[in-house]
Amino acid sequence: MRGGWLRIYALLYLVFLYAPIILLPLFAFNNGSIIAFPLQGFTTRWFVELTTIPALHTAVLNSLMIAVTTAIVSTALGLCAARAATRYEFPAKRGIMGLIMVPLVLPEIIVAVSLLVVMLQLGLGLSAMTVILGHVLICTPFSIAILNSSFQNLDRSLEEAAFDLGETRFSTFRLITLPLIMPGIISSLLIAFTISLDEFIIAFFLTGNEPTLPVYLWSQLRFPQRIPVVMALGTILVALSILLLTTAEYFRRRGIARTGADDTGGFL
Amino acid sequence: MAGQDRTGRFWRSDAASGLILVSPTALYAILLLAVPVAMVLAISFWTQNYLEIDRTFTLKNYAEALSEPLYRQLMLRSLTISGAVTLTTVVLAFPIAYFVSFHVSPSRKSLWIFLITIPFWTSYLIRVFLWKVILGFNGVLNTSLQGLGFIDEPLTFILYNANAVVITLAHAYAPFAILPIFVALEKIDRSLLEASQDLGENRVTTFLRVTLPLAMPGVVAAVLIVFIPTIGDYVTPRLVGGPNGLMIANMIQTQFLKLNNAPLGAALAVIAMVMVSTIALIFVGLNRRYLRGPK
Repeated sequence: MRGGWLRIYALLYLVFLYAPIILLPLFAFNNGSIIAFPLQGFTTRWFVELTTIPALHTAVLNSLMIAVTTAIVSTALGLCAARAATRYEFPAKRGIMGLIMVPLVLPEIIVAVSLLVVMLQLGLGLSAMTVILGHVLICTPFSIAILNSSFQNLDRSLEEAAFDLGETRFSTFRLITLPLIMPGIISSLLIAFTISLDEFIIAFFLTGNEPTLPVYLWSQLRFPQRIPVVMALGTILVALSILLLTTAEYFRRRGIARTGADDTGGFL
Repeated sequence: MAGQDRTGRFWRSDAASGLILVSPTALYAILLLAVPVAMVLAISFWTQNYLEIDRTFTLKNYAEALSEPLYRQLMLRSLTISGAVTLTTVVLAFPIAYFVSFHVSPSRKSLWIFLITIPFWTSYLIRVFLWKVILGFNGVLNTSLQGLGFIDEPLTFILYNANAVVITLAHAYAPFAILPIFVALEKIDRSLLEASQDLGENRVTTFLRVTLPLAMPGVVAAVLIVFIPTIGDYVTPRLVGGPNGLMIANMIQTQFLKLNNAPLGAALAVIAMVMVSTIALIFVGLNRRYLRGPK
């Protein structure tokens, strides 16, 4: 046993971190409409009820569409910026990269409010499109962080060798660079998808009358009788997030193994 | 001729390739971040007249935001809560980062980091709501403590007040504090610690005089990355804060979406940002001796 007391503290801390997630399925399968102990027995009726709510289905489809678009656009923007930042030196690099990375620390309500102001001033209506614009803004820094490490682990001599052997810039990128950073691209897509799917405040301000899944959830939290169904939905969402993240982590590690670097751990 | 040659060389240079490549992302950030934030700044100097916005320059919104006791109280409370969240989160996170960096075998470090980050990626709304379930009057915590005989009456100081907001946000921002500290600890050259002990320091003084100062860049990053976003949190104060736990973001939302007074909301947002940035800069300034790179 290394670490003694620290290890005990670490385990307690993990309990603190996981407490809400562990409770979620307990209440989702609980045969009672009040969210409290003691539990009333096992049921799957809350999950069955999920299939009977059309507003929920619309919200899910809307969220999926937004999340997929956001994932693709922010990964594409992330690829450009990460490649530029790791491969080239250019004027005002720190300033430009700083501006792009700002949404990582900026309170989301500021992003939401400022985009709302612009949309209203330009007289543009709110829709799924405006939510996508906001989500791409906050997901791109995460994509860049992931792709930066992919590009940093990339051995530049491989690209130079392809270049010397007569490949063009584009074919070098397609044949050498792209396959090597593919795991990074996949994990960036998955992370951006997950962030967008879960994001509430920007969607709340910018969604107009097409609610996303979190906005729909928010509207349901006001009604005590709806809570068990929300718990069931939450269980599905958490299971889905964990599945996506494990996949993203798998690809990230495979990418590291492929470029032959050491694993330093973590997405961020 | 020479000028043309120079431009030609520029377009083939690293600088040009880099700028061209970064331009789509940079342009996106300028159009959808810099311009909108500038717009918020502009609108905070305008006035709302029913459905129209009067674009004559005025400081009226700032005067109102800074003199109205309600707004001042909310602002002060937001800063206090954010400060408390930051302190709690970073103090709780440091031992975890230290444990993973110094006591977990290298092959299992990424597993630990993965375990720590997972809860952060699950639905934020639902996590916050479950804290309400845990901390409530008939909540999980109260019923278990009563069941175990530790308390007779349910604890009431843990829900619908600032404490609940601090607990919930400390949970939500845990990975943001752990990761930067972990990265800073990982960078510490372990031979420095041996050297310190060889030179007669004990484990505590080694920690205080070698490990902690070297970990400070991570701690500073953790403080900033927790403090700045928490000031603008909307969901947590709304769900678990009760009337005395509301924060400035709730008022900004009310001004924009309910009272239809965008200029006042914008002024509140600008004031919040200026205060957070000022505090962040002062904090970085106070710690600048730790932030200098290795000589």
